[in-house]
Amino acid sequence: MRLNLKIWRQENARAKGGMVDYELDDISEDMSFLEMLDVLNEKLNAADEEPIAFDHDCREGICGSCGLMINGQAHGPEVTTTCQLHMRSFKDGETITIEPWRADAFPVLKDLVVDRTAFDRMIQAGGFISVNTGSAPDAHATPVPKENADRAFDTATCIACGACVAACPNASASLFLGAKITHLGELPQGQAERHERVLGMVSQHDHEGFGGCTNIGECASACPKGIPLDVISQLNKDLRTALRHAPS
Amino acid sequence: MTEVTLPAGTRNGSGDAAEYFLEGEPLTDAKAPSGPIEMRWTNRQFDSRLVNPANRRKLSVIIVGTGLAGASAAATMGEAGYAVKAFFYQDSPRRAHSIAAQGGINAAKNYKGDGDSVHRLFYDTVKGGDYRSRESNVHRLAEVSVNIIDQCVAQGVPFAREYGGLLDNRSFGGVQVSRTFYARGQTGQQLLIGAYQALERQVGAGTVATYARHEMLELVVVDGKARGIIARDMVTGEIETHLADVVVLASGGYGNVFYLSTNAMGCNVTASWRAHRKGAYMANPCYTQIHPTCIPVSGEHQSKLTLMSESLRNDGRIWVPKNREDRDKDPRDIAEEDRDYYLERIYPSFGNLVPRDIASRAAKYQCDAEKGVGPGGLGVYLDFADAIERMGRKTVESKYGNLFDMYARITGEDPYATPMRIYPAVHYVMGGLWVDYDLQSTIPGLFVTGEANFSDHGANRLGASALMQGLADGYFVLPNTIRDYLADGPFEKVDEEHPAVVEARESVESRISRFLSVKGTRSVDSYHRELGQIMWDYCGMERTEEGLNKAIGLIRDLRTDFWENVKVLGSAESINQSLEKAGRVADFLELGELMCIDALNRRESCGGHFRAESQTEDGEALRQDDDYAYVAAWEFAGGDHDLGKPVLHKENLVYEFVEMKQRSYK
Ligand SMILES: Cc1cc2nc3c(=O)[nH]c(=O)nc-3n(C[C@H](O)[C@H](O)[C@H](O)COP(=O)(O)OP(=O)(O)OC[C@H]3O[C@@H](n4cnc5c(N)ncnc54)[C@H](O)[C@@H]3O)c2cc1C
Ligand code: SF4
Ligand code: FES
Repeated sequence: MRLNLKIWRQENARAKGGMVDYELDDISEDMSFLEMLDVLNEKLNAADEEPIAFDHDCREGICGSCGLMINGQAHGPEVTTTCQLHMRSFKDGETITIEPWRADAFPVLKDLVVDRTAFDRMIQAGGFISVNTGSAPDAHATPVPKENADRAFDTATCIACGACVAACPNASASLFLGAKITHLGELPQGQAERHERVLGMVSQHDHEGFGGCTNIGECASACPKGIPLDVISQLNKDLRTALRHAPS
Repeated sequence: MTEVTLPAGTRNGSGDAAEYFLEGEPLTDAKAPSGPIEMRWTNRQFDSRLVNPANRRKLSVIIVGTGLAGASAAATMGEAGYAVKAFFYQDSPRRAHSIAAQGGINAAKNYKGDGDSVHRLFYDTVKGGDYRSRESNVHRLAEVSVNIIDQCVAQGVPFAREYGGLLDNRSFGGVQVSRTFYARGQTGQQLLIGAYQALERQVGAGTVATYARHEMLELVVVDGKARGIIARDMVTGEIETHLADVVVLASGGYGNVFYLSTNAMGCNVTASWRAHRKGAYMANPCYTQIHPTCIPVSGEHQSKLTLMSESLRNDGRIWVPKNREDRDKDPRDIAEEDRDYYLERIYPSFGNLVPRDIASRAAKYQCDAEKGVGPGGLGVYLDFADAIERMGRKTVESKYGNLFDMYARITGEDPYATPMRIYPAVHYVMGGLWVDYDLQSTIPGLFVTGEANFSDHGANRLGASALMQGLADGYFVLPNTIRDYLADGPFEKVDEEHPAVVEARESVESRISRFLSVKGTRSVDSYHRELGQIMWDYCGMERTEEGLNKAIGLIRDLRTDFWENVKVLGSAESINQSLEKAGRVADFLELGELMCIDALNRRESCGGHFRAESQTEDGEALRQDDDYAYVAAWEFAGGDHDLGKPVLHKENLVYEFVEMKQRSYK
């Protein structure tokens, strides 16, 4: 297939960026979206033009590295990661616009690469269970009802790709946050730090410059891992409870 | 012929590979304690000296890599109170390649009461390694496996559970007990998130500092000891010097030397290879595990291969058309009697569930005989038609639904309607830097953990043991053994201007400017692809003396060409992905040659390593225990861009507790 691409190019964090047009021919529909970019990069390299920088690693939809705005949608037209999007989702002759995630808390580093370390700092603020190595009780000491275990699992599958933030008009990271709060909150081991966790993480979230959630729901529809919107209700509930119990 | 003076104690190589290497003194002491195998680890822990808590924060540790091995080690060392710095090339520790592991992690919990025990896991793992791993290490791994599960559950890792709330298990290729713990098809992800959270907790507490998007490009060795690394900040391009009392490499495996593999795109050998050039021995580099159930290559632009969980072989049936002419037919139109269910035919007792290497090789033979299906004839059918008829589509969906969806997304075909196509792919490497029982390399102060070391797997053909090793090393083994080394502290301070440090930094800088100044005509990727093809053709599933000799020549030519013709655009002062790749490919070009030399020297078949010259009458892998029951540890003896003649040091493997047997799956 033949494609017209409009791609965001930006030299570095401080430089001004802009859209650049590229044409590409001979794209097979079996290629993944990132393989299509590989082909473009080989072409650019051959023409002495610097290849386009983009983040990727596993190319299996699990590491969360890749993430592009494709025709205005986070990860493009299918509900999946960019690396698992294939060219058969596009039409011959189509014009495709490719941009990096847009959010103040995700500054662009170069071309399509953004800085998502704010996610790690939110985890540092409480997204864990405090247990030192070597002192854990036998795994069977605390049974976990299957429903809780399943719900914990469903929400633990977040890959921290940032699509929820990119899709949200407020650039809120509430879905990401809600996923972690729910994952650990469903487990008996997660109870002791439940209040501290939500207070710490939400405060870090706001500090990083993510926006507030106004329940629009774009996040959940863009999430490649199907994290459900109700984790945000759980987040709010935990936050309310924690605030009530917090020492003033 | 010019006369060569050999280093003391070194003689010319022998066997097929004679002209490529020299043989040095054997490695006689791997530091394993002696005595009853069940007591060795306990004794070692007790003998390992302690470091007083007040002194710990004065001792500094650099950890390269934050996969399962590195993140667990960094978290644990941080908790203990050491000053830890952790480096990784991704933007977050959670993106390390360990995230991609699907199947599960073994542990000898015997929760199913099916007769599992530490000893049985130990036995199965030694056998699964085809008697090419160390008994002491493997026993320790089996012992510690039990604690790993406890630790992960306490962290909140959501393993699969039964209705009663207790943990569920399944069995995995090649064993008869259910000892594999799993979290749907995302076990690696969940384990890594657990370790990542433990690590971030320490970052929050100030005991660990993380360095995202930092690539280690050189090891600093001062007075014979590892004392730091040179890393490049991949965003600003700055070359940074980081010094410490010890260095731990947890930088993962090098399967990407094959270009197409199930590994993440960034997996590389650079950290290990730079250390190898500084004196760390590289052990068993040719041992590669090939996974039989991957989605086949669809075209020449393919960048990676995707693994389909091995569990599919529980219900899917593997076949190819009997007649070559049927290859392009719609498989549903091929009559039952025209199909060859070759695994069921050749291995009636294991059928489609033979170990990974056998299933892989059998598929290759079918394709070599021009029976393969799909693009390029490199594929065999994995058919669920019978299973759907027997259990109903619903049950198949609930068991394998996510894998079927993934297959459909990648290939655009509906696997419920027409059989899937699969082909073997490079998956995981058992070779790596040589370490002793304490996980210390041949450079004092340089420890190596996880897939980056060679230690526990031998010529492994099993699944679910790499995750186990990564976490065993990081949570339990390294923190205990490194303590003994650190107890020698405080260490003499090293200055940034020490000649050895300056030399390391300058060599990194000059390498980078060299890449940028070649200004040739070929992209880095094109070299990587070509190298990968050579490796796959001659050092892949089947190896021959002739092929390996040819490969060595081809790699040498390719390497020369690389340094004359590679084209890396852009600057060193910003994100430059071609530059990053150039460094990795340059190291792969050296590693690839060593892998071929190692494979050439090992004239026996074991594990995934099949030497055509060593097979039984009916074409099965034949080990040569009398000649090759050793670890091949290679010492670097080369120059700037060549290997010279690497020196082989043999570590003999002694089996006191498990009897070596020839395998049979018929
Ligand atoms: C698709 C797939 C499925 C698998 N499934 C299973 C399974 O079911 N069960 C099982 O037991 N095993 C499985 N394996 C194998 C297992 O996942 C790996 O062996 C294991 O995760 C390796 O962990 P690691 O911590 O050693 O390395 P990795 O997780 O690869 O981590 C390497 C780390 O090193 C860093 N790094 C590398 N080089 C540098 C450098 N130069 N500078 C700075 N940082 C660097 C990276 O950033 C990363 O943080 C699977 C492998 C694959 C490919
Ligand atoms: S919640 Fe979904 S969209 Fe948001 S980071 Fe996690 S996986 Fe990505
Ligand atoms: S590259 Fe890992 S999720 Fe896309």
